[in-house]
Formats: sequence, C-alpha cells, structure tokens
Amino acid sequence: MKQVILETAGLTKSFDKGNAVLNKIDFSIHQGEVVVIVGPSGCGKSTFLRCLNLLEEADSGEILLEGKLINQEKKNVHKYREQIGMVFQSYELFPHKNVIDNVCLAPLLVQKRNKDEVKEEALKLLKRVGLLEKAESYPRQLSGGQKQRVAIVRALMMHPKVLLLDEITAALDPEMVREVLQVVLELAKEGMTMVIVTHEMEFARAVADRVIFLDRGEILEEEKPEEFFTCPRTERAKKFLNTFHYE
Amino acid sequence: MQDMGIQVLFEGINFQRLLAGLMVSLNLALISMAFSIVLGIVLGMIMTVKNRLVRLICRIYLETVRIMPQLVLLFLVYFGAAKHFGVDISGEMAAVIVFTFWGTAEMGDLVRSALISIPKHQYESGYSLGMTKLQVYIRIILPQTFRRLLPSGVNLLTRMIKTTSLVVLIGVVEVVKVGKQIIDASRYENPKAALWIYGAIFFLYFAICFPISRLSAVLERRLKT
Amino acid sequence: MRGIMDYSFIVENTPLYLEAALLTIKIAACGIVGSFVVGIVCCLIRELKIPLLSPLVQVYIELSRNTPLLIQLFFLYFGLPKLGIVWSSEACGIIGLIFLGGSYMAEGFRTGIDNVPKIQRESAYSLGLTGTQTFWKIILPQAIATSVPVFCANSIFLLKETSVFSAVALADLMYVTKDLIGLYYKTDEALLMLVIAYLIILLPLSLISTWIERRVRYAGYGNTGTL
Repeated sequence: MKQVILETAGLTKSFDKGNAVLNKIDFSIHQGEVVVIVGPSGCGKSTFLRCLNLLEEADSGEILLEGKLINQEKKNVHKYREQIGMVFQSYELFPHKNVIDNVCLAPLLVQKRNKDEVKEEALKLLKRVGLLEKAESYPRQLSGGQKQRVAIVRALMMHPKVLLLDEITAALDPEMVREVLQVVLELAKEGMTMVIVTHEMEFARAVADRVIFLDRGEILEEEKPEEFFTCPRTERAKKFLNTFHYE
Repeated sequence: MQDMGIQVLFEGINFQRLLAGLMVSLNLALISMAFSIVLGIVLGMIMTVKNRLVRLICRIYLETVRIMPQLVLLFLVYFGAAKHFGVDISGEMAAVIVFTFWGTAEMGDLVRSALISIPKHQYESGYSLGMTKLQVYIRIILPQTFRRLLPSGVNLLTRMIKTTSLVVLIGVVEVVKVGKQIIDASRYENPKAALWIYGAIFFLYFAICFPISRLSAVLERRLKT
Repeated sequence: MRGIMDYSFIVENTPLYLEAALLTIKIAACGIVGSFVVGIVCCLIRELKIPLLSPLVQVYIELSRNTPLLIQLFFLYFGLPKLGIVWSSEACGIIGLIFLGGSYMAEGFRTGIDNVPKIQRESAYSLGLTGTQTFWKIILPQAIATSVPVFCANSIFLLKETSVFSAVALADLMYVTKDLIGLYYKTDEALLMLVIAYLIILLPLSLISTWIERRVRYAGYGNTGTL
C-alpha cells in the first residue's frame, strides 16, 4: 500500500445555525490517488475541501498531512497550505499581475527558490497547458478556460503533495470545460494526488480511482467509480444520480 | 479651576445662545435639503430620459455646480444678485438658494445613478408580465430605487449640515457668529474662552452629524441586496 | 444701472488673483500630499489592527468626517493658541486640510481594500503566503489601483474646501475678492475673476480625474470572475 498523504478523523464543522455541515468525516487519500467527491449542492463538499486547506477551521476532528497533525496550531498554517494546492471555481488569478508573475509569485516569495529555475519551470508548464504565448498577458485578457488552466499551473508550481480542485469548471462556458478537464486527466495519469469536487459526472467516472458520495455532511458511499455509477447502494445516491438523466 | 475657562460655556445663557445659533444653520440645512430632495428626484428622473439634448443640459448644470466651491456660489448669489437685481437679499435667503441649487444637483445625480443601477431585466420582466410602463415604474423600479437611494440620501444630509457652516462668511448670525460674540464679550475676564467656545461648536456639529452618518452606514448595510 | 465690465480694473488686479491662486494651489498641494500619507498610515493601522492606535484612528476618522472644515479651522486657529499652540495662517490651513483630508483618504483606501474579494485572500493563502505577504503583495496593490478615482475625487474636494481659508486670514482667492468688493464695489469684476481663477485650477483636474476613472473602470479590476 502506498503512503497516505492526507487524512481526516472525525472532522466536524458547523456554521452558526448549529446543524453540522460536516459530520465526523473520516477520509484518507494515498499517494497518486484521485478521489472525486460528488453530492447535491449544500452537502458540504466545498466546505470539506476548504477545511483540508485550513481555510475553514474545523470545530473538531483531526487533519493529518503525511501523518502529521496540521489543524491544531495557528502559527504555521501557511507552512501546511504551501504543501496543499487548491484551485477555485472562480480562478482567482491576481488581476494586477500577468500570467507569468501569477504563477511565479508563490515559489519566489514563499519557497524562495531560484528565479531562473522557477521561470523555466513556469514556461514549461504553461507550454504543457497550451498557454505559452499568454505568459505576458493579464488575467482580464484571458478566457475563463485559459484563466483556469493558469490557476492550475499556479498551484502546480508549488509542487504540492496533494491538489484540491473545487468545482473548477462550474463557472465555465460549456465549450471551455473540456480544455480544463483535459489538463486534469493528464495530471491524473502522471500520478498527481488529487481531491476533486465536481458536477461533471462523466469526468468523475473517467478520472476517479475512488468516488465519495457526500450528503448532509456525511459520507454515504465510497466506491470504485464503475460500481458507484452503475449500481449505487443507497437510495439517496440513486436519487442524486437520477437527477442527471432525462427520460 | 478658575483659569481653565470652561465656565464660559455655562455662564448666563451662553450655551442656550450657542444652541440657538446652531439651530439657525440647521434650519437652513433642513429647508435646503427638503427643496433639494423634491427637485433632485425630478432632476434625476429627467436625467434618465433618452433625449440627448436634455441630458446634456442636465449634465452641464451638474458639472457647473460641482466644480465650483460652494462658498464661491454663495458669493455669487450674495454679492452678485444684490447688485444686479437691486434687492438686498439676506444671507439666509442666499444660503437657501445656493444650497438648494447645489443639493438638487447632488440629489439628482444620486437619483439618476440609483435609477440606472436597476438592471434592464427588471423592466423587461415587468413588461413580460403584461404590466404597463407606469405600473412597472411605480411597482417595480421606484421601490428598488428608494432602497438604493436611502443611505446616500441620508449621507447627503450630513454634507448639507456641514456645508451650511459656511453661511457665517456671508454674515448670517449663526453658531460661529454667536460664539464670536461670546468670546468678545468675555475677552477680559476669560481669555481662554475661544478654546472652549470653538471646541464646543466643534463637538456640537459632531453630535449632530455623527448619528446621521452612522444611520447612513447602518442603512447601507441593511439595504444591501 | 450696470455698465460693462471695467477691463482695466481686471487687468490691474490680475496679479493679485494670480498670487492668491498660487497660494491656494500651494496649500492644497501640501494638504493633498499630507492627506494621502495620513490616509495610508491610518488605513494600515486599522487594517493591521495595531492595538491602541487602531481605536484612536477610528475616533479621528469619525471626528474629522463629521465636522465642517470651517469649524476645524476656527478651533485650530483661534482655539488652540489659548493652549499655547500657535501657528501661522498657512500652517493652520495645511494642518486643517490634512486633518480633514486624511480621513477621507483613509476611507477611500479602506473601500479599496474591502472591494478586493475575500477569495483573493484565500487564494493567496492556499499558495502558502502569510497574512502579511498577502496584504502587501496581493491586497494592497489591487486596493490602491481601485482607489485611484477616489483619490482624485478627494483631491478635487480638498481643493474646493480651501475656499474657506479666508476665514483664518489667509489671503486666498475668496479673501482678495471680498477685499476688492469691499474697497471698490467692483462686484462683477471681482466675482468674474474669482470664478475664472477657480475654473482654471479645477477644470483640468476634473477632466483628468474623469479620464482616470474611465481607465480604471475599463481595466476590469476586481471582476476576475467574468470574462
């Protein structure tokens, strides 16, 4: 068995109203594994990702990165985030910096790496996602799909141990979804460890090693994709999957 | 304590006199504000018409008023009008004219921007339900406009109150003028009077404007949709 | 009852207005630069939540924004000397303008900061940036860019506010005008020159500010979510 990269034990989170958004989640992901989390809106999947990246503070429970507890101390939060990459639905490129500066900022500032080496790597990655000629462009000059590919590169530049993708195609026009998901599929093939929240079921099926069905803050199913998508065990999962079919 | 001089505020009816002086400026502000609201709403609606000439004229009016310091406008009316029309208009009169002229422009612009901030879809969805133009305007647009207008309108009131402090410079007897009289009268027995009187006036203005601007901020947060 | 303008009077007194206009510009320039500095410092103090100073700044901002400049000047010029703090008219004008303008600038910057979406901050955090790094590298540059139009508007506002300086015996444009009206009854001429002087100062500024506002708006700052 490969090394466990990220795991949670009894992770619980509730917002002010008191009912739990996440209820005692036990979760783990191994080196090179791709886990896709699906579930109805409001089921807590985004919150779960945000907790993993310590953007939300969990009420109780533990989060371990390579076996080390990371959600108890306040001080070194940025040290852990540095090792966990995240891509947001709304891209969130920095509008005052061009593409190359966007992707080089954190490696230079946070990891204090060598400038030439960072730039070389950035250009290599941009080339891979087909955006080499956009290196000097500003975010406002890019399409949504291009911005999202830059955002993925930006996260990859940090050499994260695990990459969290939060509905990264939800804000995109349909014709741009493909170009972004293609990048993710390739990353999966190369053995990138990823936790993906998505509404694209075909994509989930293609990319996932394991599918987690989250509903009302609880993990109801955890299966191989073929099994989950062909014969889900719970009623709620069946109902959820049915919403994607039209008779 | 005798050389602190703070007692000047409480000697005789000094404090009441200051308050009465403040009421003079406040009255001017409220009267001008009332006129400005009414005229500003009309102006704001006119500014959204399609006719380019009308819009241009409104724009020129707005920019003219905005570019000049209010005190210059006061001088123009107070000194200029007195000479040309042979009428000796009082400082109060000049103040109401100028502040209404200015307030109408500011209010008009607020109304205009509130009106155009309503998305076109709101009109269209109203029409698509079979409502008439007037019905859409009254039932759909105006209520939303009002919500957007309220905070900035309240804020304009504080600006109006602060601006009316200028009237002392064209000879209106208001709080600063009264303050000066008190300071002059107690020059010998209380040389520090100026500190306390001007300090008191400063805090009187604050006591009036602060709650109003808090209200504006609260409204802004509440009505944000 | 009213003749044509007395042009020789206008020509004769132009130097007076020129001098007054230069004084106005000088004081306004000092006041605007000072306000900018005070504004940024205040904004930083509040944003970084520096204890003790932060509530103090809050009090200053409320006092400054909720009182008229004229009253602030009277207090500075006639009130404070009684405590032994004596300034020249000019110093008083500049200090008064900075006292007023500092809070407006601070509020402008703060709005700029508030307008940077929260998720921008999170996106910087997710790359491992610390709070301080995020503020200086990500939030502040965006905030300053979006507050340029506010800064322009505030500058024009402050320039206009200088018109009350005659009240503290500064020989500015209003002062000269009032003087000429009082001395020679040349009301029309004096008022005309007053208006022209302010137009010459304010019109270019206003046009530049409109131009900058357009540029910033079309630069598409802040709305990263849409194409």
